[in-house]
Amino acid sequence: MSEPLLRVAGVSKHFGGFTALSDVNIDLAEGERFGLIGPNGSGKTTLINCISGALRNDGGSIRFRGEEISTLPAYQRTRRGIARSFQIPRPFHSMTVLENLLVPSAYVIHLKDEEGEVKAMEILRGMGLAERARSPANQLSQVELRKLELARAMAARPKLLISDEAMAGLAGAEVDEVLQILFKLNEQGITIIMIEHIMQAVMRFSQRVICLDAGKIICEGAPAQIVANPDVQKAYLGA
Amino acid sequence: MTGPIRSARGFWAGAAAAVLVAALLCFFVSYEYFFFAAYIVLLFVTLATAWNILGGYAGYVNFGTPAFFGVGSYTAVVLIQAAGAPLALQIVAGAVMAGLLGLFAGALTLRLRGIFFAIATVALIFILETVFINWRYVGGATGLQLLRPEPLPPFKSYTTMLFFVMALLAVGSVAVARYIEGSWIGRGLRALRDNEEAAEANGVPTLKLKLFACTVMGAIMGAAGAPMPMYLSFVEPASTFNLNYTIGALGGAIIGGTSHWSGPIIGAMLVGTLQQIITVTISGEVNVLVLGVLLVLFVIVAPDGIIGWFRRKR
Repeated sequence: MSEPLLRVAGVSKHFGGFTALSDVNIDLAEGERFGLIGPNGSGKTTLINCISGALRNDGGSIRFRGEEISTLPAYQRTRRGIARSFQIPRPFHSMTVLENLLVPSAYVIHLKDEEGEVKAMEILRGMGLAERARSPANQLSQVELRKLELARAMAARPKLLISDEAMAGLAGAEVDEVLQILFKLNEQGITIIMIEHIMQAVMRFSQRVICLDAGKIICEGAPAQIVANPDVQKAYLGA
Repeated sequence: MTGPIRSARGFWAGAAAAVLVAALLCFFVSYEYFFFAAYIVLLFVTLATAWNILGGYAGYVNFGTPAFFGVGSYTAVVLIQAAGAPLALQIVAGAVMAGLLGLFAGALTLRLRGIFFAIATVALIFILETVFINWRYVGGATGLQLLRPEPLPPFKSYTTMLFFVMALLAVGSVAVARYIEGSWIGRGLRALRDNEEAAEANGVPTLKLKLFACTVMGAIMGAAGAPMPMYLSFVEPASTFNLNYTIGALGGAIIGGTSHWSGPIIGAMLVGTLQQIITVTISGEVNVLVLGVLLVLFVIVAPDGIIGWFRRKR
């Protein structure tokens, strides 16, 4: 049997005396739509920071396409095919929308600017951001910033896309719009980890969901199973 | 979009013209003090341009200009003392040593962000000043008197020759800064200035780029410091590791504008010339005050410098 796209095995992370993650195990198949949920402070962002390389895990192993990546710096992991969007958008604010995309296209795909611009415009068109290509990134609206996060991640041509609360603070129609974008990317063969508080969106999107609470996986399964699980209900409602 | 002067041909024509003007001045101006003063203005153009590579493009504020400058100066002094090395060798060696200092100091400090990096660069000045105060071979605390050799032909005096050398260094440093700014390195530096974590997540090797910027900055500052002992015919730690270089480099870049290579030129020319005029007509103390006031004014009124101000007007 071949190894999964991503294998997180026994990963732990401590901040001083605080245990943010303990013994987390996840296998992710290629092309999967995967949901990661949990109450605030349960370790979702810490986990994806460990996967993307913004943080180093203290114990356990993280393998991507059969290779141990847990000691690699973040930029090396991006070059191997793991891209992410940030919970709070972090655009390169001194650049235009298009230039934002040229950063990964130069540093990850090693494209010349002319080529990179063509590819970047394709991505922006797919996201409905094309007419904003020449706008400075600091003039975008909230939903445009979310799209820019995803578009920039896509410019790195990832195999795995980690979407960290790409819909937080968006209105109903905007949530649908971002959700459609993620579905479309998945159809192109990209594996997606979605972290989200908007339960309806996660449940609609994911084929499989894991719920974290206090740094531990408390439940794993299909969306319907997760919703019905008493531990999950307890973690969310504290009942 | 990329600034006032866009084409490469235009830039190189301008650079050649600047060198030509400097050469012509050497033969048509007989007033020696002009070169003495203009040397300092060009020195600050070079220092401000170098400072901007790390401070402007990457957003890492370096207060340690005198450390890099001073290592250049003292490398030259060691070579003069040991072997009577020629000026060109002094400059190359000064650049290498200060570049290495940039690399090593960067490796130790560039993981620190914002204010912590800035503080570390200040410490660097004092560490190095202490080292040279205690090193007798290069004069210790009292300093060392140096004898100037004969100028190379066709220059009529050593000061004139140094002026021309500094003009070459200034033009060269601007060419380096412009290249970095327009290349993929410049885009990576801007990305990490805007947001370091996002840059890293988008494939930018942030630490490597910062080390590169710090090394290039150090090397240019060291090259600019190497001719200083011969310019003064004297070297001593207190004036070499002087905070005026910190303010001059940073002030020139910030007043001119950090977003484009022409900013530090404009800023340093303006400030340098003004300072020379004030030093002569009023006093050397007042000129420090004027620079301080100018800096405060610009930070409040035109935070993007003269360049940013003009861009907004258009």
